[in-house]
Amino acid sequence: MFRVSKNPTVDITAKLVVVSIAMFAFVFVVMVPLYNVLCDVLGINGKTDGTQYTSVPVAVDESRTITVQFVATNNEGMPWEFSPNVTAMKVNPGAVNDTVFRARNPLTKDMVAQAIPSISPSRAAPYFHKTECFCFNQQPLSAQTDAEMPLQFIIDQELPKDIQTITLSYTIFDITEAASGSVAAR
Amino acid sequence: MGDHHHGPAKGLSRWLFTTNHKDIGTMYLWFSFAMFILGGAFAMIIRAELFQPGMQLVEPAFFNQMTTLHGLIMVFGAIMPSFVGLANWMIPMMIGAPDMALPRMNNWSFWILPPAFLILASTLFMEGGAPAFGWTFYAPLSTTYAPPSVTYFIFSIHVLGLSSIMGSINIIATVMNMRAPGMTYMKMPLFVWTWLITAFLLVAVMPVLAGAVTMMLMDIHFGTSFFSAAGGGDPVLFQHIFWFFGHPEVYIIILPAFGVVSQIIPAFSRKPLFGYASMVYATAAIAFLSFIVWAHHMYTVGMPIAGELFFMYATMLIAVPTGVKVFNWITTMWRGSMTFETPMLFCIGFLVLFTIGGFTGLMLSIAPADFQYHDSYFVVAHFHYVMVAGAVFSMTAAVYYWLPKWCGRMYNETMGKTHFWISFIGFNITFFPQHFVGLAGMPRRIPDYALQFADFNMMSSIGAFIYGASQIMFLYNVIATIVAGKPTSDEKVWDGAEGLEWTVATPAPYHTFETPPAVR
Repeated sequence: MFRVSKNPTVDITAKLVVVSIAMFAFVFVVMVPLYNVLCDVLGINGKTDGTQYTSVPVAVDESRTITVQFVATNNEGMPWEFSPNVTAMKVNPGAVNDTVFRARNPLTKDMVAQAIPSISPSRAAPYFHKTECFCFNQQPLSAQTDAEMPLQFIIDQELPKDIQTITLSYTIFDITEAASGSVAAR
Repeated sequence: MGDHHHGPAKGLSRWLFTTNHKDIGTMYLWFSFAMFILGGAFAMIIRAELFQPGMQLVEPAFFNQMTTLHGLIMVFGAIMPSFVGLANWMIPMMIGAPDMALPRMNNWSFWILPPAFLILASTLFMEGGAPAFGWTFYAPLSTTYAPPSVTYFIFSIHVLGLSSIMGSINIIATVMNMRAPGMTYMKMPLFVWTWLITAFLLVAVMPVLAGAVTMMLMDIHFGTSFFSAAGGGDPVLFQHIFWFFGHPEVYIIILPAFGVVSQIIPAFSRKPLFGYASMVYATAAIAFLSFIVWAHHMYTVGMPIAGELFFMYATMLIAVPTGVKVFNWITTMWRGSMTFETPMLFCIGFLVLFTIGGFTGLMLSIAPADFQYHDSYFVVAHFHYVMVAGAVFSMTAAVYYWLPKWCGRMYNETMGKTHFWISFIGFNITFFPQHFVGLAGMPRRIPDYALQFADFNMMSSIGAFIYGASQIMFLYNVIATIVAGKPTSDEKVWDGAEGLEWTVATPAPYHTFETPPAVR
């Protein structure tokens, strides 16, 4: 076996110190990325792919209709008015669908928000493709203005047949401080 | 005798600069007892508040600080250091070594502990109060919603984690390199075996805990978003990292306790331990399984069904090696010439109550049932049966068992037995009713509760005061023994005891085994 030192105590101590440092690093370089990869692959936590989907044009499956429900939630302390324009849509898999969420900043200061999506049932998450989403970017909104935030999505034709309803929920977070922090850092 | 055989230095410097494993062991034991009293005092405040429904004594915010500090101090300040102290005292004497392999690091790993806990306890007096997010410090409670003192908490976790890692490295180096000639691995006393495996667990998972609190620190102060959904992180990730540390941690606490019981039961049954090899393999199996069951603490976070099933079956599997151990202890006692001195009473108490805690653990391992039990008092009852009746009872047994060897004086047997019975009864009055209120739906970590839980909670509180008071009797007995106990100079204080530690003089001299003993 590989020996660090001829002195067996120094040898085992050095090896164990390396193991401790490796386990510390393991948390950062393995556990965190692995968790995110697993969530993406398995669709755990209803996480949708956070990136833009570019589709190959495919036939629209008109044989079935999926109900997509929209839910908007404010994270604790977030003062914006935030709601979907329509609360539910009936769509065909493969078709490109558009909808809009409305947001209003009622305060007298400029703010930045970030919306975080979640899909239920989580099994449907890998089949819910967004070609355009306000959640891809931070959303700045000046004091006392409102905005329409677009969402464009396609339901994959491969969606399991037993799923007839998908709920897409957005939670909106106030990240004004974090956003201004990154500006200051720049 | 030349200079080489000197005794301890005089005064405070003996303790500050000592590299003697017995001195350091003694300091660990006294420190952990002090923490046990402090954590116990917090528990008394919790039980006093819960004596009756409604808000009685303390503010809810302070109540949360009490549950948090009680858990942290008992786990990291009382139980873990007490077993490290025992390891320091006993491992060199059990394997025929003159001292620990790294005596200076040993001194350091003890002396960074008191400052760490001083920092943790001082958060009570800070603006915003002490950490109030539970000993599991789940994000975002411990990040976004934490009091400012959380930074001190993080620093103290870093320091005590460092202490644990250094202590473990020392134990591994000692056991691997300093065994007396002829002391093969499979001849080592079981206490040494369980500690060797525990030390490997500690080296593997304490850095993970350090990683978790480091991420908290970065989220709080440096704008990262490991656990913040707004920045693309995930609070559930925290739970995975915490329990990846936390589940091995509960075996870190209980494996040395298994080792102690495996030393004491044969001594008072006057029979060798039944199934020595299977005990070693069972310990290793438990240690391995501890790494693949962590998510059974978080069945309710929304795992996929395959995950729930995997963690459920893996958890149930732990009952097998644990069952091997329990049956081996019972078989050791079977047809032995048993006597019931205080250490043996505590071990039998351990055996009965730990098994009850194991069974409630099995109930909790069933994922669909756990949705009902999760975060209820049933969980509180479960882990106190394994932590208190498991670890603390066996530690108490160890102190009674080896105290005569340490100080050359006998403790008061009548008082010891009284201590056992009051502890045993007080403990059960405290925690048995918590199973009932838990199953009936009382959540943990709340300062007030629905009226139907009132009687059982009052019972619980009375039991807790009895159990708490019995520890004062323990303290008195130990001090009285050291100061004025009946002197004994028998090398083998207990006639059934086996092992190298019983071949040295009583009280154990400052230096033992400077020439290694011959082990057949």
